[in-house]
Amino acid sequence: MSDIVISVRNLTKRFGNFTAVNDISFDVYRGEIFGFLGANGAGKTTAMRMLSGLSYPTSGSGTVAGFDIMREGEMIKRHIGYMSQRFSLYNNLTVAENITLFAGIYGLSKQTTEERRDQLLAQLKFSSERDTLVGALPLGWKQKLAFAIAGVHSPEVVFLDEPTGGVDPVTRRQFWEMIYEAAEGGTTIFVTTHYMDEAEYCSRVSIMVDGEVRALNTPTRLKQQFNAGSMDEVFRSLARDAIRGELLI
Amino acid sequence: MISSFLSFVKKESLHILRDRRTLLVVIMMPVVLIVLFGFAISTEVNNVNVAVVAPDRTDGVIDAVNRIAHNDYFTFCGYIGRDEIDTQLRSGKVNAVIVFAPDYDRRMAQIAAGVPSKPIIQLIVDASDVNTAEAATAYMQEILLETESVQEMFETRMLFNPQMKSAYNFVPGILGLIFILVCSMMTSVSIVREKEVGTMEVLLVSPMRPNKIVLAKMIPYFFISCVVLAIILILSYYLLHVPMSGGVWGIFSLSLLYIVLSLSLGLLVSIIAKTQVMAILISSVVMLMPVLLLSGMLFPIENAPKFFQWFSVTIPARWYIEAIRKMMIQGLPLVAVWKEALILLGMTVTVFGISLVRFNDKLE
Repeated sequence: MSDIVISVRNLTKRFGNFTAVNDISFDVYRGEIFGFLGANGAGKTTAMRMLSGLSYPTSGSGTVAGFDIMREGEMIKRHIGYMSQRFSLYNNLTVAENITLFAGIYGLSKQTTEERRDQLLAQLKFSSERDTLVGALPLGWKQKLAFAIAGVHSPEVVFLDEPTGGVDPVTRRQFWEMIYEAAEGGTTIFVTTHYMDEAEYCSRVSIMVDGEVRALNTPTRLKQQFNAGSMDEVFRSLARDAIRGELLI
Repeated sequence: MISSFLSFVKKESLHILRDRRTLLVVIMMPVVLIVLFGFAISTEVNNVNVAVVAPDRTDGVIDAVNRIAHNDYFTFCGYIGRDEIDTQLRSGKVNAVIVFAPDYDRRMAQIAAGVPSKPIIQLIVDASDVNTAEAATAYMQEILLETESVQEMFETRMLFNPQMKSAYNFVPGILGLIFILVCSMMTSVSIVREKEVGTMEVLLVSPMRPNKIVLAKMIPYFFISCVVLAIILILSYYLLHVPMSGGVWGIFSLSLLYIVLSLSLGLLVSIIAKTQVMAILISSVVMLMPVLLLSGMLFPIENAPKFFQWFSVTIPARWYIEAIRKMMIQGLPLVAVWKEALILLGMTVTVFGISLVRFNDKLE
């Protein structure tokens, strides 16, 4: 199916005796907002690192944006965007300079870079702040800018690693509006989060426990399946059985 | 991929230019060091205050005193009585007293004729500053013995630095020191900062290869180092009058090699260090201290215990400073220091190779 953007089969990553990711398989479709949930230590980060070409699986196979994760890590890197929980822009560069830098890193031509820069600034309503140092912006604005920059090269998938950590509710809402907009434009969003209300916004949600994917479905179906009123309850009933990692109580 | 590399170099340069304070420190440091070592800190003996006790002011005595008085290094403070010697020295008004024997002229003539004699000049020197006392004594003896009637037993010639200017000695040391500071410390801090802030993560997920990130980071620091090198060379030539008779280009090329070596060392530090503080600590303790103490910059290595002498072989600055000294002061051409240059080249290749391989591995 051409609409599958991420496809993973029996993906496993071991560090010595420790199996961080144990035999996971799933597909992510184009334009989907795929929620990737799990307690700390469940193996989310390890799985994401393999998907983004940063590390190789011990066994299993998979493709991201049509490229093999075993052999074409470098190609994957060109076709994905990434934004981490930690703030990932340069504080002593201006808004415009940050955009230009990442456009340059992803090899956009000078003309495309300028077009994309003006487009993003307009989209974010940041045009008046283009020459402001990023360090002077409020955190919420920075996160929005970071998301916009993660998509500067129009990647097929954008990986968001707990993007809304420490952001106020209003900005979080605006942030999710941006995510929806991007998804409607055909960009696939792969997002990890600790906020269960955010999990409700996702098209489909997978929940990892002890290195395995224990549940994967739309939020509505998951709630039915676990006979729960909210995603929070679904998560708790799964995470209760976790052997490793800390519980989010 | 060239454009991604260039945008990264540009970003790195912007970081440096925006951080005005650090930039100012880096540019000003060599200037301050040169002025400090060239003028303020000096192991030369200058302005030694000398008083004279002479019961009979005969022609011979006056002649000897004149020679002391006309010397730049000594200030003649006048004749004093025998009973004043102690108080004058204690009060610090004079640093040395020359006492002439009463029948100085007659006995001098005897000595000249080959008749053995008891001492005819006594030097009383304030030795609370040992270095100054030793140097002053030696110099005074030399001046006083210059009388035509006494045959010189030694003929001494100070080659390459006839005026024994200590500034000459310090310039190569400052060069050795400053590049460790600029290259090793600043590069390592700038790489570790990206790890600490979290931007390194984003860079690694980007198509930029880790070794390109590192190379791009080195380029602006390399340029700053070249500017600093030029400043030091210009200051030492025009301000301190260091001869540099061996040719500026030789000095320049060897320095470029040393700069690349220092950058590689900084890279190595950034691989080991997890935080910026740690990067600064490692570069200052592991790199700066040996450069200061074991490179021959301040103390001759030959005087160190055997263990430290062997250890100093592993310190790049030791070879660099030695070679620069030969080229700057002795006036040897680059070819003459091929051994040092080869050692530095070997070190550069090794350190740079290890760092690049380890940097890729580590971030994998």
